[in-house]
Amino acid sequence: MFRNQYDTDVTTWSPAGWLFQVDYAMEAVKQGSAAIGLRSATHVALATVNKAASELSSHQKKVFKVDDHIGVAIAGLTADGLVLSLFLRSECINHAFVYESPLPVSRLPPPASSSTLPTRPSYERPRMLFHSKTVGNDNLVCTQRSWKRPYGVGLLVAGLDETGAHLYYNCPSGNYFEYQAFAIGSRSQAAKTYLERRFEAFNSNSREELIKDALFAIKETLQGEKLTSASCTVAVVGIREPFHVIDQKTIQEVIDSMDVREEAAADQGAVHEDKSSEEAPMDI
Amino acid sequence: MEKKEKAILFFKSDTEFGSYGSTLRYKSVERIKAIGKHTLLGASGEISDFQEILRYLDELILYDNMWDDGNSLGPKEIHNYLNRVMYNRRNKFNPLWNSLVIGGVKNGQKYLGMVGMIGTHFEDNHVATGFGNHLARPIFRDEWSEDMTFEEAVRLLEKCLRVLLYRDRSAINKFQIAKITDEGVTISQPYSLKTFWGFSAFKNPSKGAEGSW
Repeated sequence: MFRNQYDTDVTTWSPAGWLFQVDYAMEAVKQGSAAIGLRSATHVALATVNKAASELSSHQKKVFKVDDHIGVAIAGLTADGLVLSLFLRSECINHAFVYESPLPVSRLPPPASSSTLPTRPSYERPRMLFHSKTVGNDNLVCTQRSWKRPYGVGLLVAGLDETGAHLYYNCPSGNYFEYQAFAIGSRSQAAKTYLERRFEAFNSNSREELIKDALFAIKETLQGEKLTSASCTVAVVGIREPFHVIDQKTIQEVIDSMDVREEAAADQGAVHEDKSSEEAPMDI
Repeated sequence: MEKKEKAILFFKSDTEFGSYGSTLRYKSVERIKAIGKHTLLGASGEISDFQEILRYLDELILYDNMWDDGNSLGPKEIHNYLNRVMYNRRNKFNPLWNSLVIGGVKNGQKYLGMVGMIGTHFEDNHVATGFGNHLARPIFRDEWSEDMTFEEAVRLLEKCLRVLLYRDRSAINKFQIAKITDEGVTISQPYSLKTFWGFSAFKNPSKGAEGSW
């Protein structure tokens, strides 16, 4: 992307119909380290690649628990992601306080993105005028106020409610969609390819298979680098299982079992190759 | 008063409610209303405050429906919401002068609870407002059971209502019974219970003291 005369503020359209600032914000998401999410009928798994600013520092936190039944993974500007996660937490807590029940997951992405959907009755709407308490309004409103900027972070929202398991992706543009599986961040296309091949089976996956698929997808984004439990974070939420990050030891065990399976498959492949070389082609 | 059994909930109230001080002025006021798909609300106390509460709930259900996403507010959510409203009004020294009973069935789970005008709230298998607490609940405690049939439940409610009719001077013999299951809500037309007043002691009320009444 090159600088041009239409990209100074977010309220300026380009003649071709772009809001460049919004596109730049989405670019920030693409530059962040990868995050993927996938769901089955009963569980949702999130996995992220751990990236550290330097060898001396700890890695960025990319997975946030929003409530017992909802968690998010972010890609992009971590600071923006933290602000949004804190907002989502307060949305959940407010709902639980008034209604004594968990916020339905489908009612979380809209506040995080659009200003046009009715979120609450008039006497419940927060009366803060100068900074939108409803981040909801934020993603979209941030693209409609010249003194604001879009959030430079994409959110993968994973949660469970009485209508089932859900995975949503919130984009800086204000769009959000529900997904069976999705990947964002750098080299996410490799993960998406893997997920596209396999997603039809996900609904009937068990919890363990889901986690394995998540790790396989993360592996794709590493492009040859070794997958270890230190270089990724995996979190899961399910029926009767509150959202939590899975500990490193368990993840390493899953990774090891994945390697064994791969090596076994490779061996089998080698054996078959030998056999076929013996059976020489019949044509001359 | 209200009762739970299996996957059905019962409400019963007398339709007299529009009292004007101690005058039983308006004899056909419906005090049980359906809220959304899953809940019934019954109230005693100040009717205008009840109507205000219904307006709040109308708006709440409207927004719930506008999401159009397969989720809906159930009786537990409505109960807690009303608790918040009542308690906050009480804190401002401007209470909504009602005792509310909220009951309902959602996905096979039944729920019954009460909220008072100062924000006291609880859940139970049987609740009542006003005099019902003193006259009906002891009967419930003795005779309610988890696996009552529909007919048994109606009979028990009618028994309690009859007691209240005889003993509460501000009750009239005109009742409605409401039933809620997963399929939906039905609120009956008003009807009367059979009563017996032919006691010999009533025949000559001033027998023991001429000139009195």
